[in-house]
Amino acid sequence: MIEGKRIVAEETGGFAIYPMEQFIVRPLLGGDTVGLFTITNVTLWMALTVLAVSAVLVFGSRGRALVPTRSQSIAEVLYSFIYKMVEDVAGHDGVKYFPYIMTLFMFILFSNLLGLIPWAFTTTSHIAVTAVLALAVFISVTVLGFVLHGASFLRLFWISSAPLALRPVLALIEIISYFVRPLSHSIRLAGNMMAGHAVVKVFAGFAGALGIFGILPIVAVTAVYGLELLVSVIQAYVFTILTCVYLRDALHPHH
Amino acid sequence: MDAEATGGAGMPQLEFSTFPNQILWLVVALVVLYLILSRVALPRIGSVLAERTGTIANDIAAAETYKMQAAEAEAAYHKALEDARAAAAKVIEEARADIQKDLDIAIAKADAEIAARSAESERRIGEIRDSAMEAVTVVAKDATKDIVTAFGVKADARSVTAAVNARIKGGAA
Repeated sequence: MIEGKRIVAEETGGFAIYPMEQFIVRPLLGGDTVGLFTITNVTLWMALTVLAVSAVLVFGSRGRALVPTRSQSIAEVLYSFIYKMVEDVAGHDGVKYFPYIMTLFMFILFSNLLGLIPWAFTTTSHIAVTAVLALAVFISVTVLGFVLHGASFLRLFWISSAPLALRPVLALIEIISYFVRPLSHSIRLAGNMMAGHAVVKVFAGFAGALGIFGILPIVAVTAVYGLELLVSVIQAYVFTILTCVYLRDALHPHH
Repeated sequence: MDAEATGGAGMPQLEFSTFPNQILWLVVALVVLYLILSRVALPRIGSVLAERTGTIANDIAAAETYKMQAAEAEAAYHKALEDARAAAAKVIEEARADIQKDLDIAIAKADAEIAARSAESERRIGEIRDSAMEAVTVVAKDATKDIVTAFGVKADARSVTAAVNARIKGGAA
């Protein structure tokens, strides 16, 4: 019954849903073209991300209290969480790269979460952004591996615990998987963010068109929104822990 | 712009003309955020956490010291209590011995007195018995003399006396 009505509404063109409209990069200060230095919604939301992270970590910890206040506890929990992750996954010598990883995690986490505010723009839903993030990790980890271990970093691909006959095959697979890393690393994040936001927008569009039955899509939007909060945090976590895993490969390439 | 994005490829993500802009602002944002975190936020939080760990370790060490002091004080208290008990027992023992000594002396004295008195009493009883016996003899002689006289026989004193003495001796035996 409801399904039928929805289809009729769609067919008659009573409403139009543009789930991808929210991802358009727009100039904020007038003009039509997006040049290199144009102030866009990307600029705005990245600036807000930087401000929000600074508010949590800098403003939150301003008291330097021995017994932390609530805001200081949040900052400390975030710090300890990532610090422990780097230490556990990348090892003790990975700790000196902790500020970089913390920057990545906080930027992605807050971009994802701020993107969930209605009418917000999600910078991490753009492959251009996540690809740069992933490539930065990929390139710096690869360079680091060669700088620390020289040519013996290539033994990462030569699995000495496998039978000799299998090693060339495994090496080929390892090399392919190594170069696929930045691709999966970036598309996973952008894809999750884009899909989630598009789904929320689609359901919201239904709510507007169904009148009294709009309550059903509203319930669905609420549920999906909760899921998206979870996805936002998990994707930031996944991106960060994968960065730590890649860093460990660079620091300790011998299995 | 709308028509281009929604009508064209349908994916603003693939609008390559916006890539340089996004990448520029991303790099700016990351550099700014990295500087803020690495210069201000992370050292501050790290130092607070380290300070707290140090304080907690110190407090635990101090608590350990206090605990040991308390244990020592308790041991000292118990030792003092034991000593006091021992001293008290000793005092009680001494007092008991003193009392026993006094008591023994007093009992000995009382025994002596009792012995003296009973000896005295015995002597007097003996005296009384002797005088009574004498009196009985006298009375018996007199009575015998009177009885004999009453029968009209002139009794001489010596034979009466001898007869009475013999009778008393026989009676007593």
